[in-house]
Amino acid sequence: MIRSVFAAVLAIAVTLPATIAAAGPIQDRQEIMEGNGKDTKAGGAMLKGETPFNAVTANKILANYVAAAKAFPAHFPASSKTGGDTEASSAIWSMPVDWKIATDKFQKDTVAAAALKPTDAAGFGKAFGMVTANCKSCHEGFRIKKN
Amino acid sequence: MRRWLAGPFGLILVGAVGGWLLTAPQPIDPAQQARAPGDALRGARIFHVGGCASCHAAKGAKGADRLKLGGGAALATAFGNFQPPNISPSPDGIAGWSLASFDNAMRAGISPDGRHYYPAFPYASYARMTPSDVADLFAYLGTLPAVAGEPPAGDIKFPFNIRRGIGLWKRLYLDDDPVIALPADAPAPVRAGQYLVEGPGHCGECHTPRTAAGGLDRARWLQGAPDAEGRGRVPGITPARLKWSAAEIAEYLKTGFTPDYDSVGGSMVEVQANMAELPQADRAAIAAYLKAVPPKKP
Repeated sequence: MIRSVFAAVLAIAVTLPATIAAAGPIQDRQEIMEGNGKDTKAGGAMLKGETPFNAVTANKILANYVAAAKAFPAHFPASSKTGGDTEASSAIWSMPVDWKIATDKFQKDTVAAAALKPTDAAGFGKAFGMVTANCKSCHEGFRIKKN
Repeated sequence: MRRWLAGPFGLILVGAVGGWLLTAPQPIDPAQQARAPGDALRGARIFHVGGCASCHAAKGAKGADRLKLGGGAALATAFGNFQPPNISPSPDGIAGWSLASFDNAMRAGISPDGRHYYPAFPYASYARMTPSDVADLFAYLGTLPAVAGEPPAGDIKFPFNIRRGIGLWKRLYLDDDPVIALPADAPAPVRAGQYLVEGPGHCGECHTPRTAAGGLDRARWLQGAPDAEGRGRVPGITPARLKWSAAEIAEYLKTGFTPDYDSVGGSMVEVQANMAELPQADRAAIAAYLKAVPPKKP
């Protein structure tokens, strides 16, 4: 009994720091972007006709974008400039005004897109385009590919 | 006199004369030069393939401003800061140039006053362009808005700032041979793509690693390289390194989205904006060529 408790405590002691080290702003922002990628893939498939258009799914994607854009800028503390496999450019911290403009635009565009509440593929295409125009412009200056 | 020539001073003199001859600019043979008149409408396509606006328009320019070629942002590299000049049809740009001067700039890397250009201007790729594409591009540039003013001078570190030395660089790295030897039965789109990628599109200038002397390492053609401005890596785009289908490559060049709906980023954003302006057949040809690049240079 004592032995198994000890083993359990040891296991927690070993795994806990690893968990804490893995979580944090870099992982959080990467998860947000991975979510955006999944949503964009689903949205793109609908717009290309690879999957049937579904208004509920479409509006859920737009709502996800709103939440992602709102949450995203909070995950760039100065302590997270490097580490992990971050692809964040140092420009995020050296050009804070431009960074704020870019993230504000992302938030504004996602809110405006969701407010269109599209009911068909054409309407969704318009809203989708308003959001995804932000991908390139922000990745141009604020993301560094490492591989 | 003979003894004098055989001495150390003579050696220096012979070396200096030899070096001077070796580094001399080599203009294009007049028989091979581009012929007027070019076709400006056809030249628009070459302008987009060549990505002229990406360096010569103002940084971040969108829409019609991408046609104002007053000289863009400097390219900050380990060799120094290369400043793209004004190439608009203004007296501060190329208004007074002949087609022969333009051709020598594009395909031999020589300025109208007979100096070597730094190969940050990718003439080592443009050297593979056809004379008629050069003439068409020149005609097209003449139709764009004239922009007054010269951008600030570049700032190149010693010894790279000795332009004459570029003559030696050209002997190593400037020729119009194809990089990849395609099989004799290669389909037409693959050949068309080879021309676009190896020539005007100058894809290898960023996607191929460079030697210590700053030339493209053709043995590692398109295998990916450190970013010239020190920001991350430019990905490899050979079949071994880029697993996308030809259709997916063409779609990426059109929309800027990868098959997984990641987006284009970094300096490729500008390039993709240019590629999106091309006819679909050109994007498909580029993709066909990239899928045909052999694992190792044969």
